[in-house]
Amino acid sequence: MESLLEVKNLSFSFRTYGGVVKAVRNVSFDVRPGEILGIVGESGCGKSVTAQCTMRLNPEPPGFFEGGEILYKGEDILKMNEKELRKIRGTEIGFIFQDPMTSLNPTMKIGKQIEEVFIKNKEMSHAEKKQKAMEILRLVGISDEERRYNQYPHELSGGMKQRVMIAIALVGRPSIVIADEPTTSLDVTIEAQILDLLKELQKTTGTSIIMITHDLGVIAKLCDRVLVMYGGKVVEKGLVNEIFYGTAHPYTKGLMQSIAKLDTKKGEKLHPIEGTPPDLFAPPKGCPFAARCEYAMEICSEMPPETYDLSEEHMTCCWLQHEFAPDNDLRRPDAKKREVE
Amino acid sequence: MAEITREKFKVVGKNISSMESISRPNIGYWQDAWRRIRKNKVAFFSLCLIGLYIILAIFAPILSHYTHYTQNVNEMNQSFSSSHWFGTDSLGRDLWVRAWMGARVSLTIGFTASIINGIIGSLVGGISGYYGGKVDLLIQRIVDVLYGIPSMIITLLLMVVLGNGVHCLIIAMICVGWIGSCRTVRGEVLKLRESDFVAAAKIMGVKDIVIIVKHILPNVMGLIITSVTMAIPNAIFQEAFLSYIGLGISPPDCSWGVLAKEGIQMLRVYPYQVFVPAFMICTTMLALNLLGDGLRDAFDPKLRGTE
Amino acid sequence: MAKYILKRIGLSIVTLLVLTTIVFVLVRLMPGDPFSSDKMTPEIRANMEAYYGLDKSLPEQYITYMNNLLHGDLGYSMKYVNQSVNRIIADAFPYSADLGIRALIFAVIFGVTLGVVASLNRGKKLDAVCIIIAIIGTSIPDFIMGSLLQYFFGIRWGLLPVAQYTSVAHTILPSIAVGFYTLAMVSRLMRASMLEVVTSDYTKTAKAKGLSKWRITIKHQIRNAIMPVVTVLGPLVASVLTGTFVIEALFAIPGLGKHYVQSISNNDYTLVLGMTIFFGAFLILMNLVVDILYGIIDPRIRLSGKGK
Repeated sequence: MESLLEVKNLSFSFRTYGGVVKAVRNVSFDVRPGEILGIVGESGCGKSVTAQCTMRLNPEPPGFFEGGEILYKGEDILKMNEKELRKIRGTEIGFIFQDPMTSLNPTMKIGKQIEEVFIKNKEMSHAEKKQKAMEILRLVGISDEERRYNQYPHELSGGMKQRVMIAIALVGRPSIVIADEPTTSLDVTIEAQILDLLKELQKTTGTSIIMITHDLGVIAKLCDRVLVMYGGKVVEKGLVNEIFYGTAHPYTKGLMQSIAKLDTKKGEKLHPIEGTPPDLFAPPKGCPFAARCEYAMEICSEMPPETYDLSEEHMTCCWLQHEFAPDNDLRRPDAKKREVE
Repeated sequence: MAEITREKFKVVGKNISSMESISRPNIGYWQDAWRRIRKNKVAFFSLCLIGLYIILAIFAPILSHYTHYTQNVNEMNQSFSSSHWFGTDSLGRDLWVRAWMGARVSLTIGFTASIINGIIGSLVGGISGYYGGKVDLLIQRIVDVLYGIPSMIITLLLMVVLGNGVHCLIIAMICVGWIGSCRTVRGEVLKLRESDFVAAAKIMGVKDIVIIVKHILPNVMGLIITSVTMAIPNAIFQEAFLSYIGLGISPPDCSWGVLAKEGIQMLRVYPYQVFVPAFMICTTMLALNLLGDGLRDAFDPKLRGTE
Repeated sequence: MAKYILKRIGLSIVTLLVLTTIVFVLVRLMPGDPFSSDKMTPEIRANMEAYYGLDKSLPEQYITYMNNLLHGDLGYSMKYVNQSVNRIIADAFPYSADLGIRALIFAVIFGVTLGVVASLNRGKKLDAVCIIIAIIGTSIPDFIMGSLLQYFFGIRWGLLPVAQYTSVAHTILPSIAVGFYTLAMVSRLMRASMLEVVTSDYTKTAKAKGLSKWRITIKHQIRNAIMPVVTVLGPLVASVLTGTFVIEALFAIPGLGKHYVQSISNNDYTLVLGMTIFFGAFLILMNLVVDILYGIIDPRIRLSGKGK
């Protein structure tokens, strides 16, 4: 299947007073039409930065690209100028932000904020814009859209605001929508509604979604494929089933063990991942997870791990798949080392 | 790249301690603030300039053989020279000595009034914010009403009633000046009172006085110091303004405001007589403003630990 | 909204009442009396005191005064024969108001522009220039600013007139002198507030919609960043007004400030009292207007009041 968006060896860093923070290091993935791709990882692992790179939303400076390319329908977003980028933003790729409370302009009416997406489209009449805004409000489940159209953000509840954010992201009919932890700041009951809504909208509009989350439950519910990130790197990638039932990276395994499941017995302990993510000012020269990894070997802290393909979609970045590594539950005999391109 | 050998695939397991060891060195609050002030070139230079002015204000008049009141008809309106560094005024008085005598008065008023204002304001604001309830309500009503009255007008009228002189100026400034710091301190204390660490201290049964001294005070101290520093240039400006319209210091004593007033009368012919006090007032206010900015950054907990 | 306005009006009335009382007491405490400098016989003096009500007890004077005040009557000047305080204020106020408005417009327009330009060029040279202008502006007292402007633009280079207030050219230097401090305050505030808005989430949302930089700055950033500036407009009007005191004296403008300063040294009780109350009432009214204005432009305040 042809990819809509292809990210190749992307590296992005921030210049700060304390030094250069290497937020994203050598990340590659692609997004196909009509799929939901999950990106999962702890806070600060670089998942948001990666997603925002695809629309060049990270402030530059202090941020800057250290290398790689992002191809949207074959064109490199990193080489685009401001004008070309504006054509992509909103109309080709939409973005749903994490916190609906602060992501809407407090002094502008809801309707106006939605219509702004069409500002580039000079031919569209005001009535047409309004009609589109109304349509999308209804589509995201806001019933009395006529009234809401003229309201300000503070008059809406949190869940309502997030629906408006989704409306803003979708109104331009983009081929990809990026949802950056869209439910983190919402109540659990609202969270389920929003996730259902996203899934439904994905079906009706046929757009692709990149779903960023730290919650494996969300991934299981929504996604087709998953990207597991740690310390600014992709550590495992594959179809949802492959990741859940054929886990091949110790970090992914740690994530799975740290959530409570229905069959978790009373008195049985959950297993948190001990320690903290690495300092990205000075990332470790080996595998970033080595210090927290129970499978860690000497080589892990000395050399960055090689990439291994386990199936057509499933790949992992871990020394455990090396032929010299000792046997354990994560090892696959059929792992193929990927040659460096 | 190093060779990949079989030996390197020995399992070593987790190494959590290595992660904890990279934590940054421990620096105290005041130490950190002082370190950042020293690193902030502009603020540090301002601090030095103010220090220099204070030293000159103390010693320059003593070391000179002129006095600020001796008039000399033969040496009227002289420009800068080796005997009169800043020239002389229309009555033949040495402006170098007068400038530093003026500095004594202006700086004394500026510092004293601001510090007293800061103390009164912090006390009232602190009590109001910490105890809340009816006390707070009453104090806030009073403050709200007083805040609505233009302070300059009250100060002006008070000066008319109290008469001229340094202590009258200070008293007049204190009567309305404490309200500003009262409002800022109250807001901050109110926020701190609701904070989790104060709640934790209360749950553990710590006495009110200990909470105030150990938890609240260190956290508002930075704010108070900053606001006092920022208030000094205002007080100096007020003094200059009042002296300028003839309500501050009376001759032959002088302050920077008096010097500016006298200079402005000679503006068309001898502009340097304005330049001297203007330069002093402006550089002092500039230095204090910059120092205040530096202090605000140095005490800002959000900026702590950064370079 | 109505409740909010009513509350503000109530507070303003109380403030005004406190102000008039304080001023009344202070003015009676002033040393000297208005007739001491004139050569007059004890009889004439007694007549004059009786005429102005100075022979009655303080509470009586206070009641008379407050009663007159309610009817908008500020009494007669004690120094200028047969001139009512109302008349003097009516003659002088247009000059002060004109100067004040010019200064305020100058300060707000340039202050906001400077603040926005600085924040959009954060850390660059242009930012540094704006910061330096702002810091210098807050460090130069207005009368020094005024005399320096007079010296350089008027006397040295002969570009602009330095006294009187008769043409547009005459208004330029005093307006700058009065407004410069305010300009500096506005620009500092605007810069700080813009820097917060620039990194806000809704700016990112606007960027993600594909809006141009201009549109983001004007429609999203300035509109939100200007809120804190509006809240301090009241105090700013006060600072502009006190600024006019000395500047009017310096530039020989026949405005309120000049009269005010003079009447203090003349011990003209009724004039001081009247003008102070006029100033106070004017400032309290301005604060009220600003508060209501703030409620109108910020939808969060506007509607939170409406629902209740």
